[in-house]
Amino acid sequence: MNVSIVKGRIIDPANGVDRQADLHIHAQQIVAIGDPPEGFVAHETIEAEGKVVCPGLVDIAASLREPGPSVKGSIGSETLAAAKGGITTLVCTPDTHPPIDSPAVMELIHRTARKLRRARVLTTAALTQGLEGQQLSNMAALKAAGCVALGNARAPLANTLVERRALEYATTFGITVMLAPEDRHLRAGGCAHEGAVATRLGLPGIPSAAETVAVARDLALAEHTGARVHFRALSSAGSARMLREAQAAKLAVSADVAAHQLHLTEMDIEDFDANCHVAPPLRTLSDREALRQAVADGTIAAICSDHQPHEPDAKEAPYPETEAGISGLETLLALTLRLAEEGLLSLNDAIARVTCGPADLLGLPYGRLGVGSAADICIFDPALNWTLNPQEMLSEGHNTPFAGWEFRGAVTHTLFNGRLVYRR
Amino acid sequence: MHGRQHHNIQLNEEGGLRHFLTIDGLGRDLLTRILDTAESFATLPGRPVKKVPALRGRIITNLFFENSTRTRTTFELAAKRLSADVLNFNVSTSATSKGETLLDTLRNIEAMHCEMFVVRHNESGAAHFIARHAAPGVSVINAGDGRHAHPTQAMLDMFTIRKHKGDFTPLRVAIVGDILHSRVARSQILALNTLGVTEVRVVGPRTLIPTDARALGVHVYHDLDEGLREVDVVIMLRLQKERMAGALLPSEEEYFRLYGLTNERLEAAKPDAIVMHPGPMNRSVEMDSEVADGPRSVILQQVSYGIAVRMAIMSMCMQTFEADGRPA
Repeated sequence: MNVSIVKGRIIDPANGVDRQADLHIHAQQIVAIGDPPEGFVAHETIEAEGKVVCPGLVDIAASLREPGPSVKGSIGSETLAAAKGGITTLVCTPDTHPPIDSPAVMELIHRTARKLRRARVLTTAALTQGLEGQQLSNMAALKAAGCVALGNARAPLANTLVERRALEYATTFGITVMLAPEDRHLRAGGCAHEGAVATRLGLPGIPSAAETVAVARDLALAEHTGARVHFRALSSAGSARMLREAQAAKLAVSADVAAHQLHLTEMDIEDFDANCHVAPPLRTLSDREALRQAVADGTIAAICSDHQPHEPDAKEAPYPETEAGISGLETLLALTLRLAEEGLLSLNDAIARVTCGPADLLGLPYGRLGVGSAADICIFDPALNWTLNPQEMLSEGHNTPFAGWEFRGAVTHTLFNGRLVYRR
Repeated sequence: MHGRQHHNIQLNEEGGLRHFLTIDGLGRDLLTRILDTAESFATLPGRPVKKVPALRGRIITNLFFENSTRTRTTFELAAKRLSADVLNFNVSTSATSKGETLLDTLRNIEAMHCEMFVVRHNESGAAHFIARHAAPGVSVINAGDGRHAHPTQAMLDMFTIRKHKGDFTPLRVAIVGDILHSRVARSQILALNTLGVTEVRVVGPRTLIPTDARALGVHVYHDLDEGLREVDVVIMLRLQKERMAGALLPSEEEYFRLYGLTNERLEAAKPDAIVMHPGPMNRSVEMDSEVADGPRSVILQQVSYGIAVRMAIMSMCMQTFEADGRPA
């Protein structure tokens, strides 16, 4: 099937493209930008005048809940939400039930997603068996089965020796390790940033040091082992600073940040709003500013959804007893565009942080619009205003703190492998 | 752009008290009205509080997820003096341990047409949660939630202070001990500052003072003698035994030596300073018996004023709902 997307503003940060042009798709690939190839006949033409045509988004951390309790979501429901959010590549986190620690579980996920054909679902496999932090997973087998990285989700590793060995073993096979940095002892059962708001509300706090201590340790081990380490979902200014210094020292380390961390702070948990209960917790305004600066200067090259859909009951309890996480696929682009609107970075750079930025971190050939690339495309109307109504979300989880927020810029079409998977 | 609005769910549109969850967001006038109302219920020492028909035919449920015989008993007495019918649910031993959610428990009890919940729970924010989910026309009174708030205790402490000192404005108050884990301290600090005292101090080692304590509106002291200098009121907090295991303190002995109140150390305070404790007290850990039983101690008065203060808060909440037109 041949598709032409005409008169759109094509923004492809990976190739430095920002111009009005037509884009032509044949056999699931981009075959031309500008004039169509000779003899090309479009079976479908998408009018994109006034709209931005950019690579389909690459989200490197989303929990799709399958296998696992279907009340929280499934690959079916969550890829529908991804398509609505303009996301065409999802890297799911290993914290499924059972966890992604065997080729069988991974294959189940890949096969289900391939059948649905709504998004490319890739996997981060568990760094340890059962995510228990004790025994190494069968990394070589997991790599052969197609995982793009290994990770601990938010489960702690038993000790620094296990961490050292895991990094060394992963490095044997050249696999990137995604670590969610957290010292579980310093976390000490906390549920909110240890600061003025948690003090006032009497919520057990998680100090920034719970993250920075872990980042410092992980950086030391990354240097020692030569492992390729990627930090998941940073939340504090100190972590951003250490990451910047490590990159300056030529260490092969990177990080992502969850989109909500760039817009919310500890102040938002006022009134015990369980939809703002996330892990790592929302921190202070100065942490948020430091994270934003790290995104702007490229220290943090990827913004992710950190998607964690929940059933209503998971959030219907006193704050400390609620489950952490936000259903974030449908707000990833909007929250990223808002950063450009607020002048933090250019529209092109903002798009890069959710397309080629995350793809490059994992060496994936997606998140770009070159001729010959997979035809994964997000078309959005940058002037379209919309208000988030959780009831209209396609994700199984309607848990979002952004209900009622007004956003500028809405996805109108999503194409995955040249096929229209969402139309507004 | 978005706007997060933090309306105070404790108040109706006219500023009347619908729920009593925290001192946060309540004005000086309202706190003073609670104290004045309590005054009308309090009688001369030695005489029982009169029974009044204010809440005749109303059902009040004590919903306690954490054991507390004393607090529950004073709430029960207060409700009975207001002629209400009282149901006691000790939930830690019943429903939720069988997997029933907090909301299920709430709905089941509401089905009995209860009009007010008195809630104690071990998690911060539990009372807010229940208030948000309670049926319209049902009041929620927080009898202590996690480390967050214990506003009726704070109000009875304010009542006790006013009885002894009259005016709040010139007062300096020191709160000594485990501020970090204390819902009582958080509520006292808010109440004292709202009522306009000159200074609130917290005194304790770094491990028991919360991060950003100054944001609560207090001055932080680590030395007891300095912290007590020229204060009018000394509030000693209970020290839980678990704190030693949590590596927050080395030993009870060292704690008592540094922060335990003795007659000698009380010399630093004003000569007419009063000593309070929300109970239950650990003698020889937080304070010497000679102080606890001494002439400056008002600890037993605190307990007896508790009934009148809780009567005031319950009747004010119930009146608000009656004025709003309680749904049938």
